[in-house]
Amino acid sequence: MADLTTTFAGGIRCPNPFWLASGPPTNCGEQVMRAFDAGWGGAVWKTIGEPILNVSSRYSSVDWNGQRMMGLNNIELISDRPIDVNLREITEVKKRYPKHAVVASLMVDSKRETWHDIVRRSEEAGADGLELNFGCPHGMSERGMGSAVGQVPKYTRLITEWVKEVARTPVLVKLTPNITDIRMVARAARHGGADGLSAINTINSITGIDLDTLTPRPNVGGVSAHGGYCGPAVKPIALHLVQQIASDPEVGLPISGIGGIAGWREAAEFMLLGCGTVQVCTAAMHYGYRIVEDMIDGLSNWMDEKGFRTIEDFRGRTLPKITEWKHLDLNYKIVARIDARKCIGCELCYVACWDGAHQCIHLDGHTAPAAVEAASRARIVTTPIAKLDAVEAWDGKTPPTRVPRIDEAACVGCNLCWLVCPVEGCITMEPIDTGKAPETWEQRCQTH
Amino acid sequence: MGSAALPVPRNLERFPELHPALDTQSALAEANRCLFCFDAPCTAACPTHIDVPRFIKKIATGNLRGSALTILDANILGLSCSRVCPVDVLCEGSCVLHRYNKKPIEIGRLQRYAMDHFYSSGVGLPACPVSDVKTNIKVACVGGGPASLACAAELRRHGCAVTVFDNRPLPGGLNTYGVAEYKLRPSDSLREVDLVRSLGVEFRRAEVGAAVAIEDLEKEFSFLFLGLGLGAMERLGIPGEDLRGVVDALHFIERYKTSEFDAGRRVVVIGGGNTAIDAANAARRLGAGEVHLFYRRTEKEMPAFSFEYAHSKVEDVQFHWLAQPVEILAEDGRAVGVRFQETRLREPGAGGRRTVEPVPDSHFEFACDMVIPALGQSRLAGMLQATRGIEFEGGSIVVDRPTGRTGNPKYYAGGDCVNGGREVVDAVADGKRAALAMVQRLAVGAAS
Repeated sequence: MADLTTTFAGGIRCPNPFWLASGPPTNCGEQVMRAFDAGWGGAVWKTIGEPILNVSSRYSSVDWNGQRMMGLNNIELISDRPIDVNLREITEVKKRYPKHAVVASLMVDSKRETWHDIVRRSEEAGADGLELNFGCPHGMSERGMGSAVGQVPKYTRLITEWVKEVARTPVLVKLTPNITDIRMVARAARHGGADGLSAINTINSITGIDLDTLTPRPNVGGVSAHGGYCGPAVKPIALHLVQQIASDPEVGLPISGIGGIAGWREAAEFMLLGCGTVQVCTAAMHYGYRIVEDMIDGLSNWMDEKGFRTIEDFRGRTLPKITEWKHLDLNYKIVARIDARKCIGCELCYVACWDGAHQCIHLDGHTAPAAVEAASRARIVTTPIAKLDAVEAWDGKTPPTRVPRIDEAACVGCNLCWLVCPVEGCITMEPIDTGKAPETWEQRCQTH
Repeated sequence: MGSAALPVPRNLERFPELHPALDTQSALAEANRCLFCFDAPCTAACPTHIDVPRFIKKIATGNLRGSALTILDANILGLSCSRVCPVDVLCEGSCVLHRYNKKPIEIGRLQRYAMDHFYSSGVGLPACPVSDVKTNIKVACVGGGPASLACAAELRRHGCAVTVFDNRPLPGGLNTYGVAEYKLRPSDSLREVDLVRSLGVEFRRAEVGAAVAIEDLEKEFSFLFLGLGLGAMERLGIPGEDLRGVVDALHFIERYKTSEFDAGRRVVVIGGGNTAIDAANAARRLGAGEVHLFYRRTEKEMPAFSFEYAHSKVEDVQFHWLAQPVEILAEDGRAVGVRFQETRLREPGAGGRRTVEPVPDSHFEFACDMVIPALGQSRLAGMLQATRGIEFEGGSIVVDRPTGRTGNPKYYAGGDCVNGGREVVDAVADGKRAALAMVQRLAVGAAS
């Protein structure tokens, strides 16, 4: 049975690595306690600072193909509750849930004394760690906080140093993705003494525009402002940025992964790229705290199946497999193959290869896509009368003329047909022995 | 009778719609399930080759007008076809998802969704081009049913002048008078007639061959399109056929669709085709306590679509196989029962169809107060019978399939009078092909 207990960034202990990220699900003690009851291992408190005012209409989302909230955008600011109230509730939560991790997310004016003050008070309240919110990209950044700090390595380092002057608990710096090279800021946090990193915060976004009123969303009295984007859509971006800092020898800090994690699969992916804990917000906003049950259950079952006893057994395992393009083997060759027994005849691979790739999938008897369609449209078809007309029957099988043929000699192995095929296992990409020794671009440049 | 009188108000509750409309969310979800096949089998299977994936994707993007125009471009009777087409053996029957253990896309209901939006928007079709050489070309469409409507619309779209001659009070043919009320209401058929009229097609109520001499039409028009449909229903050819209480299926359907009409208490329907089923179902809904359908072959040979048969069982129609009527029994000049003789099947003949023979001494009587014979319609082209160089075979007009051209180059024909009685969509396809052939011939004529 897998052991999910985790100790993160040199001292934050929790029963499992699943934390709620700083945001609406961790707004108050009552919520955090219900979240712990549901199974969450930790919670990063909604960012504490001088209480702000919010606008109404705060979220907007991107739906995709009939599914809600592929991506979520928000223009909500940090906590609108007094610092005292938040800290008192942290004390209460820690008293009732001593084994769970409570991390205080902090954001105050960029003054040394102010930071010293909030750090001391948070730790006195009982926080197990601190997360410096240098990532929030909207609203607070206009006031010189959030991503306004995180986008300048010098500021990031400076404030981290101030915090570390007084902090006794682990200090995490939460990074913004809205920057050219995230490693610069990650290194600055390291040099400032950070004990860990949280990545990523939300991505600058405008989710959409109402085409009736021409108003952007979320609509605040007819206008809007850019917000922070999160949810399933951002996972690939987050994974890349996490890999960037995890692979950078100058950073070398524990990472709490954030960005589009909605289940155990994404969690495992972030961990395979080096994360020790993961944080979730959008999925909990969408479906409630209950989603953590399958995150724990699914990850445990997968670990058992793979023979991993603890998270450390697989954490970072995939990092060595991410390299630079110049180190890829130019002589590795795969080609697409279609299993005619599984093909349903949608011909999506055919048109994708013709229009989006290398014209190496064919329908025999036709020269190009337009000819295929023209032939079908020219057919005279009549409604069959049951039992009287001989209907072309394939007994549920795909007519052979609809099964495309791949020209393997021309196939470049791009994967596109395999990606568009709706049937599992119908198109496979299979290695071909080229008879050549592996050779990378870098090697070729050196030898030629 | 004006169109305002239809549908008969009581029919609205007696014949609730068989397939309720999709709401926006379910239409979107269904549209997004479509794989968007290339050279889609559904499009190939449609006699009018509606570009199904294209109109479905337009529903998914919220481009409902574009979706409707995609449908109407291929099939001007897209509304009635969405309701009456036997989609199981056409578009939906060919959906590739069948081969992937998934429910086929509900193409018929999606088409109706787009059509309903089009008709409720109040924005009509784009104006027809004012053509150059073709404006002097005039075509007469004889018969006001689907074949003629489709032919007329296509001709108008190419700039020709068209007049539709119909001998009924209202145009639309069987769409107005003969389709089961729970599938298509006469008011919807008349909306389609109005749509064709809006293109500039002229409608004249006249019996060609009687009030209007065929010779006059030949003089006035460049081409004549024959969309005559079929003749009266075949007679049983047994004693008692003209008694009160005996009404053939088409008259029965027309009467309940156009007037307040009650079925008998115990109704006998004779025949095994789709019209027999329509009449039997309608009799149940019009108050008959029992409806008994007699067919001289068995369930296996019944020409009705299997989904129609299944529906009829739900309506509690009782089926009796291997019996044919020999006499309708009378009392006071009214039908009070039917004398049947049992039949048995012979081995399949050269045509592959099993003929029947009566079983000696197997007569039995069956009491009822209404008899509805449904033996199919006779082939009719009376006024043209074997004249004017138009060739007939088995009572149907012989045409060149790709063009609809008859033996007389001035005459084209399509729909039931050519195919012996099929679906609305087949008639539309015939009418469209004939129109395009006429236009092409005009173009060739103009060029030479």
